[in-house]
Amino acid sequence: MSYVKGLKCRECSATYPIEPLAICEECFGPLEVDYDYESISKDLTRELIQSRPPTLWRYRELLPVDTPTVGLNTGFTPLVRADRLANILGVAELYIKNDSVCHPTLSFKDRVVAVALTKAREFGFEVVGCASTGNLANSVAANAAAAGLPAYILIPDSLEQAKIVGTQIYGINVIAIKGNYDDVNRVCSEIAGRFRWGIVNVNLRPFYAEGSKTVGFEIAEQLGWRAPGSVVVPMAGGALINKIYKGFKELEQLGLIPEVQTRMFGAQATGCNPISAAVKDGVDDIRPVKPSTIAKSIAIGNPADGYFAAKLIRRTGGWAEDVSDEEIVDAMKLLAETQGIFTETAGGTTLAVTRKLIEQGRIPRDEPIVVAITGNGLKTQEALTIEPPISIEPRLEEFEKLISKRRAA
Amino acid sequence: MPTVIRIPTPLRKLTSDVETVELDGSTVGELIDNLEERFPGVKARLCDENGNLRRFINIYVNGEDVRFLDNLATAVKDGAEVSIIPAIAGG
Repeated sequence: MSYVKGLKCRECSATYPIEPLAICEECFGPLEVDYDYESISKDLTRELIQSRPPTLWRYRELLPVDTPTVGLNTGFTPLVRADRLANILGVAELYIKNDSVCHPTLSFKDRVVAVALTKAREFGFEVVGCASTGNLANSVAANAAAAGLPAYILIPDSLEQAKIVGTQIYGINVIAIKGNYDDVNRVCSEIAGRFRWGIVNVNLRPFYAEGSKTVGFEIAEQLGWRAPGSVVVPMAGGALINKIYKGFKELEQLGLIPEVQTRMFGAQATGCNPISAAVKDGVDDIRPVKPSTIAKSIAIGNPADGYFAAKLIRRTGGWAEDVSDEEIVDAMKLLAETQGIFTETAGGTTLAVTRKLIEQGRIPRDEPIVVAITGNGLKTQEALTIEPPISIEPRLEEFEKLISKRRAA
Repeated sequence: MPTVIRIPTPLRKLTSDVETVELDGSTVGELIDNLEERFPGVKARLCDENGNLRRFINIYVNGEDVRFLDNLATAVKDGAEVSIIPAIAGG
């Protein structure tokens, strides 16, 4: 059963019934799911959560669906204690929330899609779709295929090859739009107005976005039921950072963790930094930009939740920064070489920003820090220039020669 | 030649459910005023008390966000296509 009361506008608080609606008719503000927390607090305990399988559905009372039917094995990714990386960055306690191994398509988008497609079925949609910078495309395609739902997926035509292959393999409809993600999003919104389809990040957005809270739930549970001192999150549309924090606050409200004093930090690429620019300039309004960065999965020039992200960052005493493409690649290598985790360009962005904010003294060195790694490096290999490996004849002497040369060097 | 304006779903209750409207006007601001004349109440949804575009609304002229142009003063040439689109989520 669901504990959802309805939908509520984040801007003007107008209320709506549980419908595939995302935008307030009064002020165009985003609608958000409104829960009956009093009933949830009577039913949900740490013990109940811990008695369930390690998937995001262990927190199902705090998700806006009746019965989970899609993405049943998604979530509960490792929270990796990263001591080797912590030594290099000069901090006491560092963790990687590793959604680069999320099931089934290796990014945190599997979480939002599990919720959105479950909801799409509850609403009776016969066709689903999305606008995507890649990871969402992969996830909607895989989960729709497994659920037997026809899907239409719109992507920018400049996407990385692995993200195109990783969408088309599932045999659904992929359409490349000549333009950037903001163009794709605009067309997708117009499509949603014309066809009666369940577009996960358009008319199913309030439900979809709730899936991201599970990153916050898991971090808190995996830390032994407490929220960390600092969390660093990549920002594209700006929803994830808001939802991770909302996850902490809901657990606090239900008495499942102590008071939340977490500072939220946001990461962007300098080639697409509308939110970090607003934070650094101290302004409320997000000025859209035309993206130009290798971090394509977070290249959204017109971030819908940017205003809320900037506000949250200020309110929690956090900060935002952006980094160059070169710094992004360096950080991808650093994470791989120190912790054995191969993340995509967005993850490189997040780690590079973490490093920068620690050096600036914005992130305290002596409190637990969690870095949200949201995607897998195998999908963005074009960003890397890797030298081909040394090649030798298949003879032991050749190998010995090579090793003695290396030792001498 | 009039301009074609695409009406987003959240506004269609005010526009008797029509998806597109043809109107005259030389700037985006003028088009909004003329839209208000045809469908009273629309302007208050699009603009705040000071007459500025609301935070969560994007207006595109021939696919270009007016915030990259001259906002409400953006010129609209004959036969242009104007889209009014709510801000949408990442992906």
